[in-house]
Amino acid sequence: MDLNLLWFILLGVLLGGYAILDGFDLGVGIIHPVLRGEKERNVAIKAIGPLWDGNEVWLVTFGGALFASFPEAYATLLSAMYIPIMLLLFCLILRAISVDFRNKVDSMFWKSIWDVGFTVSSLGATIVFGVAIGNLIAGMPLDERGDYTGNLSDLFGWYPLATGLLAVVTFAMHGAIFLFLKSTGNVRQRLTGWLWHTWGIFLAVYILVSMLTLIEHPHVVANIRKAIWAIPIVILNVLCVANIPRAIQNERYGQAFVCSSLNIACLVALFCASTFPNLVYSTSEQTSLTIFNASSSDGTLWIMTVIAMIGIPLIASYTVIIYWTFRQPIEE
Amino acid sequence: MLAELDVVMLSRIQFALTIMFHYLFPPLTIGLGIIIAWLEGMFLWKKEQIYMDAARFWTGIFGVNFAIGVATGIVMEFEFGTNWAMYSRFVGDVFGSALAAEGIFAFFLESGFLAILVYGHEKVSPAFHFFSACMVALGSIFSSIWITVANSWQQTPVGHEIVQMTRDGQPWFIDGQPIMRAEIIDFWAMVFNPSTIHRLIHVWLGCFIMGGCLVLSISAWYLLRKKHEEFAKKSLQGALFLCLFSCLAMYVSGHFQARMVYRHQPAKIAAFEGHFETGVAGLSVFGMPNEETESIDMNIEIPGMASFLVHDDFNKEVIGLDKFRPEDRPPVKIPFVAYRLMIGSGVGLTLLMVAATVFLWRGTLFDRRWILWLFVVSIVPAIVGNEAGWVATEVGRQPWIVQAPLEVDENGERIIDAEGHYVYNGKVGLRTNDAVSKAITGEQVLASIIMFGTIYFLLGCLWIYILNRKIQAGPSTAEASDLKGLTS
Repeated sequence: MDLNLLWFILLGVLLGGYAILDGFDLGVGIIHPVLRGEKERNVAIKAIGPLWDGNEVWLVTFGGALFASFPEAYATLLSAMYIPIMLLLFCLILRAISVDFRNKVDSMFWKSIWDVGFTVSSLGATIVFGVAIGNLIAGMPLDERGDYTGNLSDLFGWYPLATGLLAVVTFAMHGAIFLFLKSTGNVRQRLTGWLWHTWGIFLAVYILVSMLTLIEHPHVVANIRKAIWAIPIVILNVLCVANIPRAIQNERYGQAFVCSSLNIACLVALFCASTFPNLVYSTSEQTSLTIFNASSSDGTLWIMTVIAMIGIPLIASYTVIIYWTFRQPIEE
Repeated sequence: MLAELDVVMLSRIQFALTIMFHYLFPPLTIGLGIIIAWLEGMFLWKKEQIYMDAARFWTGIFGVNFAIGVATGIVMEFEFGTNWAMYSRFVGDVFGSALAAEGIFAFFLESGFLAILVYGHEKVSPAFHFFSACMVALGSIFSSIWITVANSWQQTPVGHEIVQMTRDGQPWFIDGQPIMRAEIIDFWAMVFNPSTIHRLIHVWLGCFIMGGCLVLSISAWYLLRKKHEEFAKKSLQGALFLCLFSCLAMYVSGHFQARMVYRHQPAKIAAFEGHFETGVAGLSVFGMPNEETESIDMNIEIPGMASFLVHDDFNKEVIGLDKFRPEDRPPVKIPFVAYRLMIGSGVGLTLLMVAATVFLWRGTLFDRRWILWLFVVSIVPAIVGNEAGWVATEVGRQPWIVQAPLEVDENGERIIDAEGHYVYNGKVGLRTNDAVSKAITGEQVLASIIMFGTIYFLLGCLWIYILNRKIQAGPSTAEASDLKGLTS
């Protein structure tokens, strides 16, 4: 198999894994304000306490893998999105502190500050991820060397903001289902209605963003048409979204969570299909960064492949051990 | 005025700020990780509850440091792309795989098993808990390996070649200029480049000292306050041995390190020593280099000492800054001062550890309050030494971000130009001035410096506040922690 293609797929897997795993704890942060009282909110923190940090490692590894396999794309993207990335870093720091320090002091005032920090940072980080994806779908102006030539307001155009909103509602639904699975009693009661609300809002925004994409960005449609494998993904995506309310109705919440995870995986896969073989689609002439012109040498891609072959079984085994150890729901 | 903001200087300031703040935490977790694994092992072996109580207490301290270490560490990874895009484009093929390996081999291990270490007491067996402690210690050590490899490659680059990039199968030119980058040819040569092993050992010893001094500091404070004495004595003894060993080993490591640096980066050693004129070099123990007069003001020096350190000979010549073109010279003041801070902290800590070990052997250590007070403040020189060492080595590498080699003739002799200067092969290295992102402006970087400055200041205050609360609360006994469920 072509190594460039392999690494495009592996990066897609890392991005999807990150979105599914950190997606639920970011979602818990977004849905957090609907919980009432210290005890209920503490359940949410405890539910993600042992897990969020490991989930964030997926982002770190995605960044490292992008740097190693497609350094040109890594350099272009991060320097183009300087201000959004700085906002993201701010949110990630605030979030780590909020989750970790909330229960270190036994004071209502202290805890309520970090509850606000947790929600604001989760929301902020999710919006930046969505905005970044939106810009990659829409494309950005690059010069001959691959450096961004647009300005800051272009990055926060209405289409990237719409995809930012889609990220927020996707993670909110995902987080609500996860927290429902991991809780009992009052928290479950509080969340029951929100499982439906978040699904409804997600569906509305999902349809809106899909229509916007189809109308505004014909190059994306043309690109997806070329990928035959995208058709079953679209079908799977629709089935998953449709099955979530059915699973909730039948009280099969585990199934709902699997569907929500698959939904995220499908969205990431469709994003990859929409941009392939570009990594950064350029709205200027001939300057798009593709998986071929932005990649490392074959030597490095080989080394990375060996590292991944050794690493993936290890990572899979740690993940299983950790999630198995903390499988029990949290008591209030 | 705003248009003149220097993106390179601002990005350097931002990198220095964020890396120095970040580097407060990994050495603490590397040092503490080993101590926790040791305590859990002792608990399994001797079945004395005091060891487990101690391990739990230090795990709590570890957790606080780890959280901030991770949050501030992501910043570092992203800054390579945001601020140093041209650098990333140039080195990505070599540097990137080391960074990715760090995520895959170290961070997953560390963060995964830390969850069990912190939250898993009631969920897993004691043996598995010990295993988790070992994995966390191992993960934290792994995390230091790959980033040190990457840094060492920047200092002494080998295992790669500089090639012209291609576009659509053709050599790539922009405005007639070929676009070059470093590409890997020998992965293991890159990993084991000439400075990796020396630097790694040096870094580890520094980490052990910093983690050990934190334990010494807190334990000694308990002994002075006559609280948790049995716990404090157990922790203090383990940490003292770790620190003593590391301090003594540091002299061997430092000596090899200095010789290695002289062989590959003579300009850096000249900056460390404020050695302007090639000749026999003394070691200045006090003074301030003056780049205008090319001499050291208020100099008190040990004659011939620097010659001895790099050559094992008091009378041999050491290359001075005069052998380098002005644009190739590193700044002198910062490396000179930082180098002395590092060595001074090391010597001071060694004296303390040796004295304390003698008193411990005589059985009088815990009665000598003055030495316990010195332990309490020992964390300060430990931090200063670690930070200053990195400042010296990174500023001393300037003006290069990837060190260029000195040109040699067919006999391996260094080439000297008409003015008597050594000649760098600038095509093979990368100057810091050429490494910065093209797509960013000075105002953006200034804004992010203000953001990082503010949140890191608040974070620093919060860190000390939380750490202080944990220390005041002290280790909880097993019964008490069962009641509380050990949630935090």
